[in-house]
Amino acid sequence: MSVATFVVLFLNGLANGMLLFSIAAGLTLIFGVMGVLNFAHGSLYMLGAYLTYWIVVQGQLNFWVALLVAPLIVALVGGAIEIFCLRRIYGQDVSFQLLLTFAFVLLIEDIVRLLWGSAPLTIPQTQFGGTVQLLGRTYPAYNLLIISIAPIVAIGLWALLKWTRWGKLMRAAAQDRIMAGALGINVPRLFTMVFVLGTWLGGVGGVLAAPLRTISPAMGDNVIIESFIVAVIGGLGNLPGSLIGALIIGQLNSFGISIAQRAQVAFPFILMAIALLFRPQGFFGKVRR
Amino acid sequence: MRNRIESIASIIGLAILFLLPLLFSPFNLVLLTEILLMGLFALSFNLLFGYTGLLSFGHAAYFATGAYVCAYLIKISIPFILAVPAGVIGALVVAAVLGYFSVRLDEIYFAMLTLAFGMMVFTIVFQWREVTGGSDGITAVSPTDLGIPGLVVKIDGFANYYYLCLVVFLVAAYCLWRIVRSPFGELLQASRENADRLIFIGIDLRRLRWTAFTIAGLFAGLAGALWAPFQRVANPEMAHWTFSAVPVLMTILGGARSFAGPLIGATVFLLLEHVIQSNQRYFWQWLASWPIFPPSLAERQLDLWNFFLGLLLIPLIIGFRGGLIAYIDKTIAMFNKQLKERGK
Repeated sequence: MSVATFVVLFLNGLANGMLLFSIAAGLTLIFGVMGVLNFAHGSLYMLGAYLTYWIVVQGQLNFWVALLVAPLIVALVGGAIEIFCLRRIYGQDVSFQLLLTFAFVLLIEDIVRLLWGSAPLTIPQTQFGGTVQLLGRTYPAYNLLIISIAPIVAIGLWALLKWTRWGKLMRAAAQDRIMAGALGINVPRLFTMVFVLGTWLGGVGGVLAAPLRTISPAMGDNVIIESFIVAVIGGLGNLPGSLIGALIIGQLNSFGISIAQRAQVAFPFILMAIALLFRPQGFFGKVRR
Repeated sequence: MRNRIESIASIIGLAILFLLPLLFSPFNLVLLTEILLMGLFALSFNLLFGYTGLLSFGHAAYFATGAYVCAYLIKISIPFILAVPAGVIGALVVAAVLGYFSVRLDEIYFAMLTLAFGMMVFTIVFQWREVTGGSDGITAVSPTDLGIPGLVVKIDGFANYYYLCLVVFLVAAYCLWRIVRSPFGELLQASRENADRLIFIGIDLRRLRWTAFTIAGLFAGLAGALWAPFQRVANPEMAHWTFSAVPVLMTILGGARSFAGPLIGATVFLLLEHVIQSNQRYFWQWLASWPIFPPSLAERQLDLWNFFLGLLLIPLIIGFRGGLIAYIDKTIAMFNKQLKERGK
């Protein structure tokens, strides 16, 4: 493998991993604070990608408009799901929360099908700055854009959790929601905020992925599984862990094909099973009692 | 008195099930066979979900193992009568191995781990092209005869296969029913209600759950082994996590807390699917008259079954976790009460 090939594969993996992080971060944030495993996260990501198509191709607007507007619409949908449905069953068994979000997978996929049809769509790459020269190879500039946007999201999220009042409240509710409620924190409103923020992140992932991938109603089915894997190997609810997890999966996807070919596809699942069995707190998490 | 009514009702029910092929068109028989096999799949899932309290999101793996082993053996000219049990044993082995690890976790982590294992099986059937045929699967699986030496028992044709599935289904459902009513079944329900107490009185919880997992995998494999010759194909979709969701949804629809719930769920699920898929063009035509939808909508031939299913499931999950069977029970109880009051 030449140096140039290595660098290109590495950058592909990095872009893939960064993209995966912005999606998985939302999933793991929602799980960490609320204890809800949101199956609809992949569908909301898919909705984000379709909204991007709607804004950029059908609406002939700038990509940045899509990056601003589409995740907000997705977050509104997420907020509606939380307020009207999910909120009613927090007292129940966790399985039912998972199943409720699964019902939304069915619903969202078919609504998208109604609005945009089942045929796969693509957004022409030409709108995103074309290519750059890199070690004698042409490389799509858009990948570099993703590599730079995702860390901004990560740092923003970290700063939000670390320094803002909302962040502190979220961390408090994640540790002990009953105690947080007893101390006068409005936990239901906080949960709505967390769910909105988490789905917003899924929407951002959808917008970023739209120019890279084929947009289809089933695109969320694979992403949700990948996000589960990232969230699990990083430790469910552990944001820095999921960043490392996403980068590992990204590189695996990128280099794996040239090294192990067919077995590569099974490797993330094996990693996930090992993490769940031997380190349920994730490879990068501390044991929490 | 009540027992007698119940036994008469079940004899009449059985007679109807056996006489249906005389009345129904081949299409309806296909639907009935689907209901039997998916019903069995959902029953096997509910041994874990409703009785043991473990939500498996990878149950399709065992269904697919049964289907693939059976289809592969039929392809290499092994008689049907041997291929189906081999499929069941295959599913049993896979479920025993994966279940051994899965039962180490519970709640959401159990769901995630079974999902991961299920997707591993999916990857194997998808990638191991030499044996499984890759994305096409194993096609043209069409046995014509049971394959007992010296005895001709035809199983091609819709009615013959329906009878075969009916017999197998009745035997399997009876076995499952005996299992959940045995002391073992009582222990499973006890572990669902309070696992800690069960450990305190000296029960090996993991082993208990492992056994339940393996039995559930076995019956899922049986459903799959009969499904592949029925569909004439074993394909990777049967192992995908979206297929694992099907018995989950059927069980939620029918009600997880009763034995017949998943069966009723499977029946309603497949009947509704059929009714909606054959009538949804009217819905498109109505929608196409709205300004926000493109007028070409009516010609797109979209399948909106999942949309309606989602709409149906959301209120069921939020407000009525007993499923349809609890609703039926409630209605019957109300009816009885009214009758009694009238008698006064």
